[in-house]
Amino acid sequence: MKLLNQEEAQRIAGKVMSLSKADECRVSISGSKRGNVRYARNSVSTAGQVQNTQLAVSVAFGKRQGTASVNEFDDKSLEKAVRRAEEVARLAPENPEFLPAIGKQDYKPSATYNPNASAFDPEYRAEVAFQSIDAARKKNLVAAGFFSDVTGFECIANSNGVFGYQELASLNFTVTARTEDGSGSGWVSRAAYDPKKFDARAASEVAIEKALRSVDAKALEPGRYAVILEPSASSDLLNYMFNAFDARAADEGRSFLAKKGGGNRVGDKLFDEQVNVWADPWDPDAPVLPWDQQSMLARARTDLIRNGKVASLEYNRYWAQKQGKAATASHGNIIMAGGSKSTEELIASTKKGILVTRTWYIRMVDPQSVLLTGLTRDGTFYVENGQIKYPVKNFRFNESPVALLNNIDELGKPMLIGEADSRFRMMVPAMKVREFNFTSKSDAV
Amino acid sequence: MERRTFLKVSAAAGGALLIPVFGEAIAEEQLLNPMAVAFKKSLADAAMNAATKAGASYCDVRIGRYLNQFITTRDLNVENIVNTESSGVGVRVIAGGAYGFVATNVMTLDAVADAARQAVAIAKANARLQTEPVQLAPVKGVGEVAWATPFTRDWRSVPVKEKADMLIAANKAGMDSGASFMQSMLFQVNQQKYFASTDGSYIDQDFHRLWAPFTATAVDKASGKFRTRDGLSSPVSMGYEFLEPKQAHKVRAAGGVTTLYNGSYDLIEDARAAGKQAKEKLTAKSVEPGKYDLVLSPEHLFLTIHESVGHATELDRVLGYEANYAGTSFATLDKWQSKNFQYGSKIVNFTADKNAPTSLGCVGYDDEGVPAKRWDIIKDGVLVNYQATRDQAHIIGEKESHGCSFADSWSSVQFQRMPNVSLKAGAKKLTPDELVKDVKKGIYILGRGSYSIDQQRYNFQFGGQLFYEIKDGKITQPLGDVAYQANTQEFWNACTAMCDERDWRMGGSFFDGKGQPSQVSAVSHGSATTRFNGINVINTARKIA
Repeated sequence: MKLLNQEEAQRIAGKVMSLSKADECRVSISGSKRGNVRYARNSVSTAGQVQNTQLAVSVAFGKRQGTASVNEFDDKSLEKAVRRAEEVARLAPENPEFLPAIGKQDYKPSATYNPNASAFDPEYRAEVAFQSIDAARKKNLVAAGFFSDVTGFECIANSNGVFGYQELASLNFTVTARTEDGSGSGWVSRAAYDPKKFDARAASEVAIEKALRSVDAKALEPGRYAVILEPSASSDLLNYMFNAFDARAADEGRSFLAKKGGGNRVGDKLFDEQVNVWADPWDPDAPVLPWDQQSMLARARTDLIRNGKVASLEYNRYWAQKQGKAATASHGNIIMAGGSKSTEELIASTKKGILVTRTWYIRMVDPQSVLLTGLTRDGTFYVENGQIKYPVKNFRFNESPVALLNNIDELGKPMLIGEADSRFRMMVPAMKVREFNFTSKSDAV
Repeated sequence: MERRTFLKVSAAAGGALLIPVFGEAIAEEQLLNPMAVAFKKSLADAAMNAATKAGASYCDVRIGRYLNQFITTRDLNVENIVNTESSGVGVRVIAGGAYGFVATNVMTLDAVADAARQAVAIAKANARLQTEPVQLAPVKGVGEVAWATPFTRDWRSVPVKEKADMLIAANKAGMDSGASFMQSMLFQVNQQKYFASTDGSYIDQDFHRLWAPFTATAVDKASGKFRTRDGLSSPVSMGYEFLEPKQAHKVRAAGGVTTLYNGSYDLIEDARAAGKQAKEKLTAKSVEPGKYDLVLSPEHLFLTIHESVGHATELDRVLGYEANYAGTSFATLDKWQSKNFQYGSKIVNFTADKNAPTSLGCVGYDDEGVPAKRWDIIKDGVLVNYQATRDQAHIIGEKESHGCSFADSWSSVQFQRMPNVSLKAGAKKLTPDELVKDVKKGIYILGRGSYSIDQQRYNFQFGGQLFYEIKDGKITQPLGDVAYQANTQEFWNACTAMCDERDWRMGGSFFDGKGQPSQVSAVSHGSATTRFNGINVINTARKIA
């Protein structure tokens, strides 16, 4: 079925709530059209398009809650879904942490949809693949890439008068260019809301240049190095850390933000004072929905780190009530302040260091210190006197983002990060960082 | 690659709950309604006829009904019970030498025939860009057959209350014995998969899988320290009987440091041990970094096998199809062609096996209708084969597919996925206690912990759940802050001893991610307790502001 407009979504949500006999009813409807094209060995391997609209209804009798969902929208199907949710609720055990549905919220719209997104279709995607493969072929390189786009809407409503509807659209692109003999590899990632701001060939050229420059990498000894982390090289590390900005985990003593003896570390200076991080659904470069889907609370612009101090943690409704604090909506984005310099300008001001394009297979080693391990990949270079001197072999690192944000020398221009694997939409600057801890070499290209 | 997002729920540092909810939520009693085979056959025939008529040289149809029930608990509360269902039809064709794929959740003869025609149109469009036509290794049609996971107690008919009570009892046992917090979960999966192809196969299969992971967290508020200990069980292809523990299935770990399980699982007992051990971890001696001989239990080693042997020998990675995301592989074709690439020491033998009972990768037929089989990947330490699908077999000179095709949904296109890849047990009689006796300076590691490996599978780093110091043949004390770093080939060549068949058992990955967009699959890896000499161990303790 086609994507629902606001009136259609509101009518369906209203119908569902009128059918419910429970104490309260919450509805969410989301619809999307997702397309993608995947290529490898300079040839398209798969291409597809999936359209789906789904409605979830959640009802509660006292502290017993039940959820059901459906993707048909005639009256009979809607009624079936409501009755099903009611059955599940009656069978469910009481959840002592259950809280009744929230009251009416004021959702100020954010620019998650760009009308240019109507350009997404199979021809558009095929052209992306063609431009990327063609650019690689011209340099005798082998390209493997993935482009995906989504256009859709989100709608929420509850029996206390909450209602929100907003459209969204975005694209994500990554490509790896490799030399035919496998001795060089370069990668690039691009994300955008507006297809007019995305150029597949220009993006691919970045990966191509890195692939060509990465051939015959020299092995450097592991150790602590000054590094220039491109935005995609640090975003995943930061993502792990911001997942722990949760008041309950900190108050319970099971996060790096727990205070010795009890409580949490809000107000403590844990990072370099250049570090400023906030969430803002209306950020023009990384807008997200003005509500949090689960609690339905309206999001607000919120500082997470201000001048190096922990400024706030998320309080879910249960924990807020228990601690006598205000509940907060779950953040949708993470914006880190930066400067105006490009990565090239950061390189130009570097005496000695290592440029890191991408980090890979990052996993938590110790949540106590947010110690993470992972590897560099697809473009690691030695920089001396403001210039890239030669490619270096990849490293494994064992490093904490907390230490990283303490060792900042300089910040570059923030960039929008791709959506894969991250709970947040992120804007992250390139960073020049002291003493980054590389612990072993990797032969991987 | 193990997908991490699904496990966020058990991460001590995060409050987020991310479960792979897929499909529609349904009421419990609806889980048991089957889909008639005759109906599925008529849909498949409609699609295949339409595809052939439209010019396809080959067509396969997968009709799936996927049922899941997930229960999540936190301390003494049931947080969530989710029943989901997803049904639909995926049609794959070859026309003009290229693939086309279309999926629909509308299960009518007209809708599937239309999907088949669209798939042919897409194939014809793709054919214009294709450099080499798809070559499928032959497979003999098997007519109408059926296969099902053997089990004695269907998870779908076990009351939710019984399951929730068991999880809460486990949480209580963990908290009573020392844990400050407990989180436990029960993942239950039933996949009803019907496969038909123009080769003349109509295969009806029914898969059942379970996993009951938990995390015990111990907090010392005074020092600000916290430690976790995850469950030591494995996910399995079994019914609910797996969670009805039998004494005969309990395995004494070396030195009696804990109880392990093989065949059924005592969740409550393991949770009780975990509460105690999580608390012990708060004061465990921090490891001195350096070279150690490692004694790795099967509950730990499975993940090292998965990452360093399983993924490295996937033929699609070797060929470059996963270059942009999961990566390629150091185990290149020239190494295999040389017939003397020493992947591991002479005692290292890896077998791929799609038939191993109770394993997550156990099937009757794969998603291309190829019967399950068993073959060598590494023999006497030498790389001898890969994992291939029908369209890859010719590249490595095989006459038929290995049967490694899998799609995680009716709506996903099938591609090469890892079979169970297991390390053979040692030929000589040897128990874990006897293995430890010969170790002068070593560490005994149990359970899956942190894991990371590079995109060509050379350099890896693994943690674990439990670590014990071995000194002069004796297990002396628990250790903390342990991780080991190695290079795949060096590590497997440092393999010096392994216990015998009596100690062999499987661990498994329930949500193994691969591809773009990412698909999950489930796979097991068996081994006995195994020794590796002179492996680099690092200390992972850090001080932050």
